[in-house]
Amino acid sequence: MTQSKNFRLFGLISVALAIVSSVRLWTDQDALTSSDTIGTALRLTVPILLAGMAGLWAERCGVLNIGIEGMMIFGTWFGAWGAWQYGPWVGLLFAILGGMFGGLVHAVATVRFNIDQVISGVVINLFAYFGVRYLSELVYVGKKGGGISQSPPQKSALPKFNLPVLSGGEIAGWKSPDFLGWLEARRWFILGDLGGIARGLTHSISWATVIAIIVVPVSAWVLWRTRFGLRLRSSGESPVAAESLGIKVNRLRYYGLLISGGLAGLAGGTLSIVASSYYRQGQTAGRGFIGLATMIFGNWRPSGILTGAMLFGYAEGIKLVASDSITALFLLIASMSGAFLIYAIIRHKRNQVLLTLSAFLLSAIAYRTIDTVPESLTQSLPYVVTLIVLATANQRLRPPAMAGVPFRPGEPH
Amino acid sequence: MNQQLSSKRNSDSMRKSLNTLGSSVAAVILALVICGVLLLITGKNPLMAYGKILETGLTSEKFLEMLKRATPLIFSAIAVAIGFKMNLFNIGVEGQYLFAALISAEMGTHVSLPAPLHVLFILIVAMVSGAAWASIAAILKITRGINEVISTIMLNYIALSFIQWIFETFFRDDSDGGLNVKTTEIAPSGRMPDLVHDRLNGMFIVALFVAFLYWVVVFRSRFGFQLRASGLNPIAARTAGIPAKRMILFALLLSGAVAGLVAMPSVIGDVYAYGPSSTPTQFGFAGITVALLGRNHPFGIVVAAMLFGFLDSTSAVLQLSEIPSSIVKVIQAIIVLVVVIVNEASSRRYNRKIAEQAALSSKSMDVRS
Repeated sequence: MTQSKNFRLFGLISVALAIVSSVRLWTDQDALTSSDTIGTALRLTVPILLAGMAGLWAERCGVLNIGIEGMMIFGTWFGAWGAWQYGPWVGLLFAILGGMFGGLVHAVATVRFNIDQVISGVVINLFAYFGVRYLSELVYVGKKGGGISQSPPQKSALPKFNLPVLSGGEIAGWKSPDFLGWLEARRWFILGDLGGIARGLTHSISWATVIAIIVVPVSAWVLWRTRFGLRLRSSGESPVAAESLGIKVNRLRYYGLLISGGLAGLAGGTLSIVASSYYRQGQTAGRGFIGLATMIFGNWRPSGILTGAMLFGYAEGIKLVASDSITALFLLIASMSGAFLIYAIIRHKRNQVLLTLSAFLLSAIAYRTIDTVPESLTQSLPYVVTLIVLATANQRLRPPAMAGVPFRPGEPH
Repeated sequence: MNQQLSSKRNSDSMRKSLNTLGSSVAAVILALVICGVLLLITGKNPLMAYGKILETGLTSEKFLEMLKRATPLIFSAIAVAIGFKMNLFNIGVEGQYLFAALISAEMGTHVSLPAPLHVLFILIVAMVSGAAWASIAAILKITRGINEVISTIMLNYIALSFIQWIFETFFRDDSDGGLNVKTTEIAPSGRMPDLVHDRLNGMFIVALFVAFLYWVVVFRSRFGFQLRASGLNPIAARTAGIPAKRMILFALLLSGAVAGLVAMPSVIGDVYAYGPSSTPTQFGFAGITVALLGRNHPFGIVVAAMLFGFLDSTSAVLQLSEIPSSIVKVIQAIIVLVVVIVNEASSRRYNRKIAEQAALSSKSMDVRS
């Protein structure tokens, strides 16, 4: 069973790679899989991924978290402050603590005082936005390079590393060859793409990125393989049943929200410490909500969130690196949906045939007719995709059953 | 007997509203104390700050500014409150009013009508386009069951980029060499006259009128009863034959229509055009806080909007006396958080008391029978 599943996954990936590679060679857009694009995409994926995981932890324990954006803002500010004062590692720690503060406020408001979870989240967003502005006025105004809307630049950055032998990293002063870079430069069918993708994932990687990626398997393990995780999820699925088994639902919700806030804070910290070297007002730019979108897109599962975050990160990354390759992206989507269409026809899946056919036709028409996509429209891509996913796959999405419903222990139900 | 009942009901509702008022006032005071502690921690003297706010705020000049700043907040809060009354959370007021501002500002330049009709035309276009944007969320909820909280958040961001795109490609007025980042100015016939020259626009009266209409429609009409019933107990409402889907559609359309008016004080009262930098943003979220503070009641909303307008009007002067002006916004956020918590706690206590009384009286009935 698992073997055939692995085999299918392998087949899927090879087909996808073949399509990507053909499109790259056909349109002559090397940026599609260049290590530059992939590297940028990875950097942009990290904050979205962490925000999505923050949403996961909150909703799995039964509390909606609209306040991720605000907790991220706390993370950017406190992270930048810590990094400015004591260096980047302490900065990341402060970012996590800042986010946890937001999570704690949310927990006290929703779990202790039972106020509406959406309202609490909205107020936390506002509170964070203006709260850090107040702090900036107190701390940053008058400092060199600082002001009401930004912090002074940090002196040092987090170390980055290249994988030795594969991507030209150094081992004890010996500069090893950059094998993947060499492979990428050859532009061979599939192999060149593999080289570009692998080099993008191993070249000049920040340690913060590694931490963010590790969060995914660790969260999956804790939530689905430990006693703590089972109890936490049960307080999101059926708090009444959980309580009858002696589980302290509200305490678990506190834990869940503290972890959620910490992850959101870390997401903010990567923005103000890794992606740039100072805090700036509006730095989060709605990424907390994109994170929420990836959580829905990923069907409240870590692997799905990772996929969604990578998709949005890639779309944003390719826009930054090579904005003219957007049209190649249309061809890519057309070919992908074409492949799915064939699969759906063979397997007689009528619903999927309709869906993939319309996707295929739309993207094919877009490829033939559209030369440039205005920047302003591509920005809304994650949100549009989320609404489409919600509208088409709503039946198959399965959020935690009791997320959003206040729970009062000891009261009759 | 009947009279006795009705007088009892009157005193009950009286006690309830007193309870509400008392808890709101207590919450504001508590929030000010919390803010005072925050100020103390950050090394500022809270008494001096509050003194400054009162001193500068209580002048006739600032009074007009307070009303001016309260105007968009009233619209936005009522838009949010209409949704709240039906348990719908319209976070999308932000996107709805910005979309409405752009469309109505542009449409306003394409017609030539006598003054009052021109203004009315722009207001109606604004309301229709606000409702149109809100209808996306309504349709998604009715046909696909998508939660309006998520869809309106997404639609806010979609609106922002969509508006930017329409503005840059179609509506931007390049007549003076691209310096003017606005739509074409609306002709004088389409402008709302000022109440007090350059200080207070006529839109303030419109805002009070909308608040009155909101009271009539939601609290005194059959439709409003159905709306509130669907919000309080959807299952009972459906059993009583109130069409749930139609109510969702109407509530969101109405909410979007009022949201469409939020930017009007700027579009037809001040700038006479839409511009990405001249049209004010963030009022959608501020409206949520004002609606919460005013407990969705028209009178409460007007008072809450004035309180926030008052605080906003003092921020510039605070800056001069070395108190960070953002403290005003922090105070607002804390007020709302505390108000919501206190309201929840007091209504729970109130409900428990009612339940205990009911239990007691049913027990005594049992004994008698």
